[in-house]
Amino acid sequence: MSNQQSHLLEVKNLTMRFGGLTAINDLSLGIEGGKITSIIGPNGAGKTTFFNCLTGFYKPTTGSVQMNHPEHGALLLEKMPSHLVARKASVVRTFQNIRLFPNMTVLENLIVAQHNALQKASHFSLAGLLGLASYRQASEAAMEKAEMWLTRLKLRDIANMPTGNLSYGTQRRVEIARALCVDPLLICLDEPAAGLNPRESAELNDLLLYLTREHHKGVMLIEHDMNVVMKVSDHICVLNFGNKIAEGTPEQIQNNPEVIKAYLGEEEIEDTTEEEAA
Amino acid sequence: MGQFIQQLINGLTLGSVYGLIALGYTMVYGIIGMINFAHGDIYMVAAIISVTVITLLAALGISAVPLALMVTLLVVMAFTAVYGWSVERVAYRPLRTAPRLAPLISAIGMSIFLQNMVQLTQGARVKPIADMMPGQFNLFTFDGFTVFLSYTQLMIIVVTVVLLAIFTYIITRTSFGRQQRACEQDQTMTALLGVNVDRTISLTFMLGAALAAIAGVMVTIYYGVVDFAIGFVAGLKAFTAAVLGGIGSLPGAVLGGLIIGMLESFWSAYYSPEYKDVAGFALLILVLMFRPSGLLGRPEVEKV
Amino acid sequence: MTTFQARTHTVTLTERLKDATNVALIAILLGIPMIGLHTVDAGGKLMVATRWPWLLAFVATMFFGRLALQFAIDQFKLKRLTRQRTRTLEVATPRPWLKWLGYGLLGFSLVLPIAFSDNRYVVDTATTVLIYVMLGWGLNVVVGLAGLLDLGYVAFYAVGAYSYALLSTQFGWNFWETLPVAGALAALFGILLGWPTLRLRGDYLAIVTLGFGEIIRVILINWTEFSGGPNGIGSIERPSFFGLPFKPDSDDGATFASFFGLEYASEHRVIFLYYLILVLALLTNLFIARLRKLPVGLAWEAVREDEVACKALGMNVTNVKLSAFAIGAMLGGFAGVFFAARQGFISPESFVFSESATILAIVVLGGMGSQFGVVIAASLLVILPELGRDFSEYRMLLFGAAMILIMVWKPGGLISRREPSKVLAGVEK
Repeated sequence: MSNQQSHLLEVKNLTMRFGGLTAINDLSLGIEGGKITSIIGPNGAGKTTFFNCLTGFYKPTTGSVQMNHPEHGALLLEKMPSHLVARKASVVRTFQNIRLFPNMTVLENLIVAQHNALQKASHFSLAGLLGLASYRQASEAAMEKAEMWLTRLKLRDIANMPTGNLSYGTQRRVEIARALCVDPLLICLDEPAAGLNPRESAELNDLLLYLTREHHKGVMLIEHDMNVVMKVSDHICVLNFGNKIAEGTPEQIQNNPEVIKAYLGEEEIEDTTEEEAA
Repeated sequence: MGQFIQQLINGLTLGSVYGLIALGYTMVYGIIGMINFAHGDIYMVAAIISVTVITLLAALGISAVPLALMVTLLVVMAFTAVYGWSVERVAYRPLRTAPRLAPLISAIGMSIFLQNMVQLTQGARVKPIADMMPGQFNLFTFDGFTVFLSYTQLMIIVVTVVLLAIFTYIITRTSFGRQQRACEQDQTMTALLGVNVDRTISLTFMLGAALAAIAGVMVTIYYGVVDFAIGFVAGLKAFTAAVLGGIGSLPGAVLGGLIIGMLESFWSAYYSPEYKDVAGFALLILVLMFRPSGLLGRPEVEKV
Repeated sequence: MTTFQARTHTVTLTERLKDATNVALIAILLGIPMIGLHTVDAGGKLMVATRWPWLLAFVATMFFGRLALQFAIDQFKLKRLTRQRTRTLEVATPRPWLKWLGYGLLGFSLVLPIAFSDNRYVVDTATTVLIYVMLGWGLNVVVGLAGLLDLGYVAFYAVGAYSYALLSTQFGWNFWETLPVAGALAALFGILLGWPTLRLRGDYLAIVTLGFGEIIRVILINWTEFSGGPNGIGSIERPSFFGLPFKPDSDDGATFASFFGLEYASEHRVIFLYYLILVLALLTNLFIARLRKLPVGLAWEAVREDEVACKALGMNVTNVKLSAFAIGAMLGGFAGVFFAARQGFISPESFVFSESATILAIVVLGGMGSQFGVVIAASLLVILPELGRDFSEYRMLLFGAAMILIMVWKPGGLISRREPSKVLAGVEK
């Protein structure tokens, strides 16, 4: 492979059309492991659609998304069903409108995330039904992994609570913890800071840095909260009406005239710029 | 050839009846997203009421067919609509925010209740009535086989077409139709805009019941016999028709009804009457495998 | 959802009377064509007859019934309001009594045939309850845990029953030999049905499964050479006690009675059958309780809660659903084998849609996913109509009404609380 060393995820000329509407237009982007890449842009810029194309929920009209997996080699994500994107390509996402299993507890949510490994260890339930040692070990390991992330994300105390009853910010954390239990190489977070208070948002920053620096995970971020984006991003890609209008480090983006134009064209940007100034 | 055209006419008639009942399913499903399991029994109630009304009119000496037909239709539609309203009020409205399966069970309960209520109050025996519109057009003869279209068949087909036109008009052009479609999309928002959602849903149930009432009257006149148990099979077929055509779509319901009706009459004529019910379901499974939203249904894009 | 009422508004008597009058008016409209008028057969011709006094009685009942109901609801609400004021925070407490009730029921079910050894009717009814409990548990996997709406569950019950009937009458297989084969066959049918249809949306799946149930029934009725048609299959071999048949003493070998030195009594078989289904049911319960804690069980519930999230976590949702479908079908098949063995005669009559509806009602009334709820609901749905045998004409009418009332009263089912299948030790629940 020519670009084996370059990027963890390679997006090439991705285009997504819904009827006459072009949600993403000829987008190319490289994502590195161990780095935080943010996708920003006004509402309706095509950010979530982009995630949906990456994770197999939409089939892109044209273009390719290649994951350079250390174990499985180069994988074309746009050709895979969504569950294989997570299972084989180790690309896991969270959702803008949180999707937890509301009647199940926090712990159960995290165990479900380890379904594939556990199912394999249980030999399609046979070893599990018989209570064989091999399954018990796998089950304990799963509990340990869940507990590790629960502790890291300060969720341990509520491990046995149904997730449907939790506050919004806590649900966001549970969703991230659940995604981490899949052992992703690349984790795609869709507006993880939405609805978080300043303290929670600072904790999110720490977590994202921890994941990239300590666990060398690739992080992709869709976010409106510029406090998060500018502080933690290694690389930022700006979308507007499906087109990539700029790309670079936070400093480069902040001074990019194209970006300023795209954002100031809208009223709602005022509070974001205020935040940046502050 | 003669046989073929005759089966086509019979299938069209049967299909129209299924289509009328299917319209009720599809409207109710459209607005509350639930299968109205008691709808087949509403149709049965209508058929039973129409027996009473037709017998009463005959006893009163009203013998002019158009007059008797009009009176029967109106009276049966009115009473059946009250039944439709009550079903919604008792078995659905209290459960509007309940888990999805709860109203299904209460509707099955309602179906059992209605069947047994009719059996108790009207008796379990089959109720025969005299042919109201005897006579037929003999269309042509082919190889010694005379193809005919009875007056009743003609009436059923015409009534279905006219009603489909009227209902399409109501749903697409009137204020009630707009409210109804708004409720389909988002009940809470519709309520906030000042639309009385409860009333809209009630009206939908009443309209569905009125359509089932027409089907009930038609079947009573067409077959001349009715009993308390006809609701289940007819309801099942009509629901199959609604799903086949694409639930939520009015033309789809009628199309589905026609397809099921034709399939049944051709299957009985050329293959075996025993397996005609199987044929309808097998077709449904096949169609859903390739077109998961039915023939005319809007494909659902999953919002992630 | 859409009525925004102030809770503190006190209702006047006039309003209540007005409300009851409205109900009475509706009752008149409903009653005229059904109660007020009816058609009677008068010498081959229908005549319309009237029953105005009945109508009057009906309307009066509705009027006063509504008043009484509203009064009761008002009282209830008042009580709850004061309770809410005194105790603002309601903590969900675990319910240990439920567990004890379960053990109590288990103990009771173990001694039941001994306590009622002279009452064959009670043991027979209890056996029927247990068949429905088993069917309910099987369907609970599909509907309650995996959230797939299956309206044709009776088809798998039929597959099990006909497997045993055919294998025993044609090939002389016994109960224990047939049980695993019939279960596997039912599971296979489940997979065959599920594989093309499980990707369909919930309610479409309902109609397809309903159709499948009807297809199986119609085939059983019409394929006479295979299934005996509407006449069914008779003289199916009854299960024996480890090779000892339940029959009067005879020359050709030992019987249950002769082996244990007992006087032959027909109750022996009834009691044996009871214990047999009890064991099958308990094994089923253990099996499901175990599966629930395994990855596959958690996956079922996860799919019920959010399919999209499951896909995003790398789960093959279709396989998860198929496994639920197959295991549910297998359990239904087991129950069918027992049913055929118990009756000794089966016909398509036993596998109609209303059976599917009853089993589904057991699952939903019991509380989706709750094993214990199924037991309660199955007992209710079997015993209630039995109690009503004295006024059998009204039996099904009341049954239907009861289904509506219970659902309106408890939409989440009788036991709606879900017990987590994995618990982190040392952390408060």
